[in-house]
Amino acid sequence: MAANTSETMTINMGPQHPSTHGVLQLILELDGEIVQKATPHIGFLHRGIEKLSEHRTYHQIIPLTDRLDYLAPMSNNLGYVLAVEKLLGITDEIPERVQRIRVIMAELTRLKSHLVWLACHALDIGAMTVFLYCFRERECITDIYEKVSGARMTSNYFRVGGLADDLPDGLEGEIRTFAESIPAHVEEYEGLLTGNKIWQKRTIGVGKISAEAAVDIGITGPALRASGVDWDLRRDNPYSGYEDYDFEVPVRQGCDTFDRYRVRLDEMRQSARIVLQALDKLKPGPILADCPKIVLPPKQEVVSNIESLIHHFKIVTEGFHPEPGEIYQSVEAPKGELGFYLISDGSAHPFRMKIRPPSFVNLQGLPQMVEGKLLADVIAVIGTLDIVLGEIDR
Amino acid sequence: MSDQKVVEKLKAKFFSEILDVVEFRGETTVTVKKERIVDICTFMRDIFGYNLLCDLCGVDYMGQSPRFMVVYNLYNIPTKQRIRIKAPVDELDANIDTVSPVWGTANWHERECWDLLGIKFNNHPDLRRILMPADWEGHPLRKDYPVQGPDREPYQGRLS
Repeated sequence: MAANTSETMTINMGPQHPSTHGVLQLILELDGEIVQKATPHIGFLHRGIEKLSEHRTYHQIIPLTDRLDYLAPMSNNLGYVLAVEKLLGITDEIPERVQRIRVIMAELTRLKSHLVWLACHALDIGAMTVFLYCFRERECITDIYEKVSGARMTSNYFRVGGLADDLPDGLEGEIRTFAESIPAHVEEYEGLLTGNKIWQKRTIGVGKISAEAAVDIGITGPALRASGVDWDLRRDNPYSGYEDYDFEVPVRQGCDTFDRYRVRLDEMRQSARIVLQALDKLKPGPILADCPKIVLPPKQEVVSNIESLIHHFKIVTEGFHPEPGEIYQSVEAPKGELGFYLISDGSAHPFRMKIRPPSFVNLQGLPQMVEGKLLADVIAVIGTLDIVLGEIDR
Repeated sequence: MSDQKVVEKLKAKFFSEILDVVEFRGETTVTVKKERIVDICTFMRDIFGYNLLCDLCGVDYMGQSPRFMVVYNLYNIPTKQRIRIKAPVDELDANIDTVSPVWGTANWHERECWDLLGIKFNNHPDLRRILMPADWEGHPLRKDYPVQGPDREPYQGRLS
């Protein structure tokens, strides 16, 4: 092997690069093909969502949260509405049907997010077919999204205290058929990748990070579970009725890109299980909490009932006023722990809303996962971290 | 260990540092003086096992003194418990020691806090702007920074 020269080359990767999954810029210092130093630069998509939210009522912030992780909008909606409900102290008043539908949609969102991750990750590494397979299934989920919320990506479906609308007729059967088909589809992806020699060479032992290092740097979600830390907020700090479902939390010890891939595939199977259980437990019932000062009344009542009209007018023009205080609520989003830290000063706007985006923190682990490794591994590591710049930059 | 016990033990160790303890919606918030924040955070991590710093952020209480508050949301993975530590920071002396040696994840959170609120973190390994461009002037999350952007009317309070 030739002796290392002292000269290094600095190259710029992104922000316009197909493998950076958005506007991420990496400054890489290379010695031949070995990465000596990697410096991520973020902020190209900064829209000031935290600042904007200080000037909006609590209901008006829900559509902003769709734009955080735009590949998993319902998870963001869920995290935000749960945080506001906790701030208001109405967590226990959420009807059962609402909780079930929220779980169904959150798990479909997890599937949707993981499908895009698998598609792009495999494409980055050179497996084209998987992309087409995954987007075929993702299309079914966007169709379901469209039927419940009218939008295929930016759903804005959950409301503080309930849902925008009930599920349309016949959709439960459609969701059930889809969820039942998932295990077979995951088998297909595994058939294409898991035993594939090229896939294994590109992923096994690549982007290693130990459990201690991962916790120190704050990595959460599937990336942490693939480093052997058995922690999932759905099971450990359950919200929205997750304690009612029987599911496993996949954990693996490999700490590498291959195990992160296998953890996510196992999660997809578990998500399908949760969706089916939630459908079994889904019973007819109200889709809004009985809190007239907070929850927007259904449209029919607004046009037929004077009290509902007044409530509607007050909530839309003025909003509601949570008592002063501060809370932190987090959910297990597809990419890790998504947290909302809300401070109320008693007015109709949050005094401060801090979003704890999983991708922002996970990306911080990138330099220590790639330094000293090959340039080609950088692409695999960006893929395996499953970052979305919308929530990194906010 | 329950939150009360954690607070009791924290008080026993750092009695003169604790300013306030609040419980709201089942969450405990401990406000401490900023001078020994690194010692307190190390204690929280090593003695009580709060091994994950979920989130670190700054808050601007414009009009109050001290003006800023730095907030640490901690989590204990083995016992699944949360606790919140807060430290007030004065406007004229807007700095606090970094906790990035305690939790590596604090690095980027503190950069963000510096970028958006202008709170300096002493001994930080790499205190640069993170979301705004390097040559940006001002700190956008401050309450006196107009939501419309710079060179506009200052924040006048809320209309509703």
